[in-house]
Amino acid sequence: MPSLKEYRNSIASVKSTRKITSAMKMVAASKLKRAQEQAQASQPYALAMSQMLTRVAAGVTITPASPKLLIGTGSDQTHLLVVVTSDRGLCGGFNGNLIRFVRAEIRRLESEGKTVKLLTVGRKARDMLRRDQKSKIIESFVTLGGGKRLTFADSNEVTQFVLDQFSTGAFDVCALVYNEFKSVLAQKPTAQQLIPFKLPEAKNVNDNKKESLLASPYAFEPEEEAILKSLLPRNIGVQMFRALLDSAAGEQAARMTAMDNATRNAGDMIKKVTLKYNRARQAHITKELIEIISGAEAV
Amino acid sequence: MDTFNFELVSPDRKLMSESAFQVTIPGEDGTFGVRAGHMSLVASIRPGVIEVVPEKGAPTQKIFISGGFADVTATNCTVLAEEAIKVADLDMPAIESEIKSLSEDMASGRDPIETARIQRRLDLAKAKLAAATDKRAA
Repeated sequence: MPSLKEYRNSIASVKSTRKITSAMKMVAASKLKRAQEQAQASQPYALAMSQMLTRVAAGVTITPASPKLLIGTGSDQTHLLVVVTSDRGLCGGFNGNLIRFVRAEIRRLESEGKTVKLLTVGRKARDMLRRDQKSKIIESFVTLGGGKRLTFADSNEVTQFVLDQFSTGAFDVCALVYNEFKSVLAQKPTAQQLIPFKLPEAKNVNDNKKESLLASPYAFEPEEEAILKSLLPRNIGVQMFRALLDSAAGEQAARMTAMDNATRNAGDMIKKVTLKYNRARQAHITKELIEIISGAEAV
Repeated sequence: MDTFNFELVSPDRKLMSESAFQVTIPGEDGTFGVRAGHMSLVASIRPGVIEVVPEKGAPTQKIFISGGFADVTATNCTVLAEEAIKVADLDMPAIESEIKSLSEDMASGRDPIETARIQRRLDLAKAKLAAATDKRAA
């Protein structure tokens, strides 16, 4: 049985751990708020962009000469997965779940005979995938935005790299794999295809409105094809930015939940150890009393 | 009705949302003006200066944008820009030094992808410089 001092020490150590986890929880909560605000602020652009794309794409007839970003390279042999995780750990299963999802995705594609390449964003993706998929990683981006606020320019670095690789024919299909921010309690690993472009399912626009959106006569300057050609890469940039923001918000949410659990567990542990400590202390006192009494009796 | 709703949106946030009398936009195929009742139009924009006239006779606001798209309807004009700076806030010396360092990078660049990327940034910086010079002349 541990001595009283050992109990005291272990209570003190769990208490200081609890202080740290509860502080981390607070920090994550305030960072989450900021990340959510940023994600919200990027909404209007994404919305306007997808509306415009829907309009432009409706007026374009697809020919073999259409931009490759829209129709693809005509093959789907090589897949590029852009894996977005956080730079830091201590956020529960946030990164682990995503990496597991990525591994399943790789297995699925490979069982279909495809070639898979990986591009990692975030230190965790790089470190975790380097262990077993090292040969597939073509590039890694870490600490985008220098650990501070993520800007569009930061996300554009990744987008540019993807577009450059695509133009050299390094891959045929590109998908973005990231944790979608469902709610503070739930982040869901999601794969979203970037190249070739898929017309977005207009979720928040009801069918009536969508039709009027498509039917209204629009002039294009320059003509649709040219606009589409410059619109598509930007759209990829927007998708990328949105995914990065989503992932950043999800990371803070996951950390907040994980730290909340840890704080609670630490509290439980302190209670348990304190109970044992009190018992041991009483046993000790009783023992001393018995010793004194039996000593007195003996005299 | 002689004003319409003008919106300037960047990926980070909505920069402007207000009523305007006239907006001049540097389109890829030439500069065009937008007033209320303009025909529906989707246009791509080259790097340059947007001029916003909030109401008839009011002084213009000049904003430099690094290219993007405009979505015009009879009552709305939405400009999507990746970067937007008020012309008054453009920093001449900073732009000049950027052009200088980019030109040096250009000279030492090797592979075509890298060169193309620098070229893009150089073009952008030059457009900025032109806008800033314009401001000084005005």
